[in-house]
Amino acid sequence: MFAPFILELRKAGLPASITEWLALMGAMKAGVADYDIDDFYYLARTTLVKDERHLDRFDRVFGEVFKGLEPPTTLTGEVIQRELPEEWLKKLAERMFTAEEMAKIKAMGGFEKLMETLRERLAEQKKRHQGGNRMIGTNGTSPFGAEGYNPEGVRIGQEGGRQRRAVKVWDKREFRDLDDEAALGSRAMKLALRKLRRFARQGEANELDVDGTIGATARNAGTLDLKMRPERRNAVKVLLLLDIGGSMDDHVMASEELFSAAKSEFKHLVHLYFHNCPYERFWKSNRRRAEQTVTTWDVLRTYGPDWRVVFVGDASMAPYEIVEPGGSVEHWNEEAGKVWLHRITSHFRRVAWINPTPQKHWGYTTSINLIHDAVEGRMFPMTLEGLDGVARALR
Amino acid sequence: MQKFQSTERYIAPRELEVAVNAAVALQRPLLVKGEPGTGKTVLAQEVARSLGIPLIEWHIKSTTKAQQGLYEYDAVSRLRDGQLGDERVRDISNYIIKGKLWEAFEYETPVVLLIDEIDKADIEFPNDLLLELDRMQFHVYETKQTVVARHRPIVIITSNNEKELPDAFLRRCFFHFIRFPDRETMERILASHYPDLRSDLAREALNVFFQIREVNELKKKPATSELLDWLKLLMIEDMPPEALRTSDAKVAIPPLYGALLKNEQDVHLFERLAFLSRARR
Repeated sequence: MFAPFILELRKAGLPASITEWLALMGAMKAGVADYDIDDFYYLARTTLVKDERHLDRFDRVFGEVFKGLEPPTTLTGEVIQRELPEEWLKKLAERMFTAEEMAKIKAMGGFEKLMETLRERLAEQKKRHQGGNRMIGTNGTSPFGAEGYNPEGVRIGQEGGRQRRAVKVWDKREFRDLDDEAALGSRAMKLALRKLRRFARQGEANELDVDGTIGATARNAGTLDLKMRPERRNAVKVLLLLDIGGSMDDHVMASEELFSAAKSEFKHLVHLYFHNCPYERFWKSNRRRAEQTVTTWDVLRTYGPDWRVVFVGDASMAPYEIVEPGGSVEHWNEEAGKVWLHRITSHFRRVAWINPTPQKHWGYTTSINLIHDAVEGRMFPMTLEGLDGVARALR
Repeated sequence: MQKFQSTERYIAPRELEVAVNAAVALQRPLLVKGEPGTGKTVLAQEVARSLGIPLIEWHIKSTTKAQQGLYEYDAVSRLRDGQLGDERVRDISNYIIKGKLWEAFEYETPVVLLIDEIDKADIEFPNDLLLELDRMQFHVYETKQTVVARHRPIVIITSNNEKELPDAFLRRCFFHFIRFPDRETMERILASHYPDLRSDLAREALNVFFQIREVNELKKKPATSELLDWLKLLMIEDMPPEALRTSDAKVAIPPLYGALLKNEQDVHLFERLAFLSRARR
């Protein structure tokens, strides 16, 4: 009878397997939870969850399955059946209905009815968009005016802000391969990378120093004197995913520095490029981006979970580039960036996102918050302290 | 076997009791994580005490190898003995040194085995213990004997999250994350440790303590063990509760803060905040 529970858990991205499931059943049989929903909850949590990062997800699924609650938001972002924010609807209402219409609606049913109508219209609108029109940049076809449709309510009346939210930068952008030619100027960065490297040397593997042992034994007049020396190995594998272009232009210099430093520190280092948000493809080289692409599925297949993934990006974009299918400013993406981010973070357990934007500005940009959540809080500023955090997240 | 419960010295929330009892009932290792100072290591001691069985502690360091928990073959001293012509050299078992796991397996009664701070060790360490913890047996190659546990020990493993543990290992464990206690639980913990603590002092101290914990930028937030140390100091100094009331005191940094704040950046930060809040008044 609990079978849907584990399926839901797996759907939410918890790595619960049949082993854990059997353990839970075994514990139930052994009478650890005596017909008490709280005890059962604790027991299920202790058997099925193995990482405190997953506790919240578990709680949500548990609530849904056993209390029949509505899903708040799904992590994979596939079905966001969220209530529309009222304020936003009100604003919309002013746009969509003329004064007479407003009066008419008031007469026939008031605000509730109005909301209903709005929702219907919005649903239609969404369908029409998916029928082929690009949501971005097609000002005019939408009755919602220049702002376009966005259930997150962010692009309503907020254009022309300080942040260059984007839409057409790709036209004028000059691409530069983020090659490691740039000399490492910043000593601070080098220091930081030394910190990064610390996690590369794992443990203290000792090996026999043959020459030293022979020498010491001879000096000891034949009585054996073993000499050991620490083995040096650098086993760390890093997958560097770099955001290029667009709002990232300000930070290209900074990431170039980081990149060239990183190259000398890690033995296995693969770098791939994306723009704003990762979708189904990465570029292997920035110059030949059209020919040399690799699909994200291939990336997930090629590099095992022991690779460390480091994103470098400012995560500043329009929120729909993350949450909506077709949100990319470069091509039509079937699945939302959020879904791809989730796939990447659940495959590679050690993930960090380095954000060159000063940390104090993070709170003002919706997309930074979205990405911050998507990487489970492992977003760090590009400072010495931030890189310390990166090293901790990757260890 | 009897069930694990809160003792008068250790206040365990219901969730922790369920987790421990599940691990005991199914004879699986229990992995405990949580903020430093929330009583992970003490848990093992209290489980042993509450069940009335001995505790074997294995503290892990960065150089610890899984094999050391089973046994070590001291080849170097055998080689030396061989060179010196010692008689002991003929019996290889003279050079087998038993590890903590072997010790736990051999015990007459069930024991609690604490593997403390498993994340300190090499990343492969947990993988090397998979089979041993699963079957509770291992093979000694040098003497060709198999050591099987007489009673499956109750294994409690603590981790400070310095390294990610492998999936295969996690799958064999039960997991519990010790949440930071809320105020009510904290009052019970204080009462269990210091029964003669004055209630007004406890209240003021808890006010200050939870205020400090609210400062997000602290590098190391004080936890239960720091609070207990601090209160002990306050009691020794016979500090009046009024001295802790920051709202009207001239100095907003709590007395004897050294027990709560463990690095100088945190102290600086706190001084700055205290200064700011004074300036606002």
